[in-house]
Amino acid sequence: MKSSRRVAVTATAAAFSLALAGCNDSGTDSPDGADVGAEGSGEPVVLYSGRGEDLIQPIIDEFTEQTGIEVEVRYGNTPEMAAQVIQEGDASPADVYLGQDAGSLGAISAEGLFATLPDEILEQVPAEYRAADGSWVGLSGRARVLGYSSASVESSDLPDSIFELTEPEWQGRLGVAPTNASFQSFVTALRVTEGDDVALEWLEGIAGNDPQIYEGNGGIVADLQNDSIDVGLINHYYVYGTAQEEGVEPEDLNVQLHFFTGGDVGGLLNVSGAGLVGEADNEDALALVEFLLGETAQEFFRDDNSEYPVVPDLGQSPHLPALEDLELPDIDLNDLGDLQQTVELISQAGLA
Amino acid sequence: MALVATAVVLIPLFYLVVSVLEYGWDAWSGRVFTERVGELAMRSVLLAAVVGAGCLVIGVGLAVLVTRTDLPFRRPIAVLAALPLAVPSYVAGFSWLAVADLWDSSSRFTGFAASALVLTLYTYPYVYLPVAGALVWADRTSEDVARSLGMGPVRTLMTVTLPQIRPAIAGGGLLAVFYALSDFGAVSILRYETFTRAIFTALNAGFNRLGAVSLSVVLLVLTIMILAVEGRFRRAGTGPRLNSPRPSVAARLGAFRIPALLAVLAVLIPAIGVPVTSMARWFTAGVSRPGSVRVVAEAAWGSLSLSLAGALLTVVLALPIGLLIARHPGRMSRLLERLAYVAYALPGVVVGLSLVAFGVAVFGSSYQTPWLLALGYATLFLPLAVAAVAGAAAQAPRRLEEVGQSLGRPRWYVLTRVTLPLTLPGIGTGAALVFLTCMKELPATLMLRPIGTETLATRLWSATTSLRYAEAAPYAVLLVVLAAIPTWVLVRRSGIVAAVAQTSGAQGVSAPAPDGLAPSARDEENVLR
Repeated sequence: MKSSRRVAVTATAAAFSLALAGCNDSGTDSPDGADVGAEGSGEPVVLYSGRGEDLIQPIIDEFTEQTGIEVEVRYGNTPEMAAQVIQEGDASPADVYLGQDAGSLGAISAEGLFATLPDEILEQVPAEYRAADGSWVGLSGRARVLGYSSASVESSDLPDSIFELTEPEWQGRLGVAPTNASFQSFVTALRVTEGDDVALEWLEGIAGNDPQIYEGNGGIVADLQNDSIDVGLINHYYVYGTAQEEGVEPEDLNVQLHFFTGGDVGGLLNVSGAGLVGEADNEDALALVEFLLGETAQEFFRDDNSEYPVVPDLGQSPHLPALEDLELPDIDLNDLGDLQQTVELISQAGLA
Repeated sequence: MALVATAVVLIPLFYLVVSVLEYGWDAWSGRVFTERVGELAMRSVLLAAVVGAGCLVIGVGLAVLVTRTDLPFRRPIAVLAALPLAVPSYVAGFSWLAVADLWDSSSRFTGFAASALVLTLYTYPYVYLPVAGALVWADRTSEDVARSLGMGPVRTLMTVTLPQIRPAIAGGGLLAVFYALSDFGAVSILRYETFTRAIFTALNAGFNRLGAVSLSVVLLVLTIMILAVEGRFRRAGTGPRLNSPRPSVAARLGAFRIPALLAVLAVLIPAIGVPVTSMARWFTAGVSRPGSVRVVAEAAWGSLSLSLAGALLTVVLALPIGLLIARHPGRMSRLLERLAYVAYALPGVVVGLSLVAFGVAVFGSSYQTPWLLALGYATLFLPLAVAAVAGAAAQAPRRLEEVGQSLGRPRWYVLTRVTLPLTLPGIGTGAALVFLTCMKELPATLMLRPIGTETLATRLWSATTSLRYAEAAPYAVLLVVLAAIPTWVLVRRSGIVAAVAQTSGAQGVSAPAPDGLAPSARDEENVLR
């Protein structure tokens, strides 16, 4: 009698351990320190990535191959990963946080969770693409653009400034993603350059133009590609993902890019970037950040992701207009941290 | 014991209260008492009400047609009707959007109507399964009496049968309503701004969690209000029935046979056909592919093992609560039963954040273990298991326990030798349902899974957010197929298929499998309550 109960208990315990062992196994194939490369301390570097796996994992693999340092990556949304780091606070298992925009990096920095990066890393990147206090560094540039459906819109009819998008001409034709971090960074930039009143007025103008509201850039690009909407405010590189997925050249897609020039705030160049969570003397984590600024990684961002490299003199993707031709707006990415007020305004305008 | 188990549900509650205190009353009230919050609450309540009503109509309708009429093709329909449960709401949302785009790109499949339609189509099995199970095992004697007194079949159904299965209807309806309240996947893809979506947005925008926390507290209050209202209308069930199931005499639909079949197909064909069409298109349209079979297999293993751990832990925690509800009905057990629902209506991201806070506080930087995610699943899905255990335990004849006790056996002995074995089938059903729901869960999984572990849901999420639909397709298909297995178990165990086969008179099948299924299936009556 007793034994049958024991069997049941043992079976349950075995099922548990099997299940849990499986969870552990699948991620940590790393050798136990013994044969880690010369530079490695043996502990894997833990990376929290707000970037999608396809945009970063190949470079991580390359890093491990070259240095022998194992990297364990947790993938998630940029803001949700930032919220997780902040929630974890000093106990965060993360060594490096990688975010899609300056706003999330600024938010973690504001909580004092980033260590200051050494100068030799910071100085590889022009001052406009890194934190003023050295808490994070940009890795790749991403331009805000107006995507448009080439079937429905002549390129000559496209606006020169985001301010034209509130005109009746664009009634019901525009797609926006007001809850998306990159849109919010852009609105913050608008507030910084033009003031809150102008920003609110613009948002209300957009809201009054009956826009299509999206969760993220992906939905806008998909709808531009199938001609469901005419124009949409997006980040430039999403289009290249669509081209890859459909197996065609970006030039042959229905969705095309329009870059705002002449310093219009609609042409904001935001960055993806990284910061060191916790200790400043984490050698392996620093080696990873260093590697992400190296030639291999920067060329990957340029060629595979069609982003702008942030390290000078690396050239750029043939699909993109030259950085110096963009006539970027004069914005300090360090000023994009105040999202609260931005969200207030977006909500006040009725967009979210 | 039951109190300890209920404490799991209180983790998010505790977290919300502490957060509110941390931010202070002023900051909190400033966030909450606004026109916008009122409007969001209205939108969420409206959606939940419409989805709940839709689920009741479809779920009860299908259950009655399948178990009590001579509807053509009843047996395959009985099984297919449960299948939408295997489709995660975000997959459903994507699928419907994609297929609607094929149709006509000028009219948009978004907003309230689209969200309500999609949520209803993939949530009604929460009503269908328990109600069909209850109908199969309901006491037929009073129905026969009513019929013999000259009452028509429709009137018998409305006045005699439906009141008997009211607990199953109410319980299933409650699950559907709370599901609609807490869903993020479908409403975000179909672009209808609800409370849950606003909570995600607040988190995405502010990072400081104040907005998310404030809104969650309101959602919590909303949940408690719904529970209170529902509790006032819910009467006690009709108690355990010990009569054996009898072949039901199928009511003849007559001229309505074909229209009824068409109505059923009008639900099932789009509900199942749209995701299938979409997934097939994803497969063929794009060029991206998953890295390797190994990557897919690892994700599948991640899903299975984490969901198994979640289901086991949830059931272990549900046992004391379920037994208490069944054995010691009263104010205390009613309160515990209601409490179990509280976290179920909260969005996964809030439960995720609260468990991150809990895990860090208890385990420090090594908090990311499979156990914490399992605990997260238990927090989210406790009511599913509690209902199953309570339903099964209520049906286990109490007399046997009394005999045991009168023979001088200690309580734990009676519990493990008598009560547990009798409750086991119900536990199995609860575990299957929780397992299935864990497989589909996304936000808490993203936040709490051990680092480096991927599941089908997280891989699917990752592929779709960067528009690699062809890569997403195998994960979506595998997720739905694997989730269909516990769904099939649920259908089998509910006794619907066996009963339908019986009444169809196919090859003179005399009774459902005599051992195991029949006595256990009776226990399913209140399973999803």
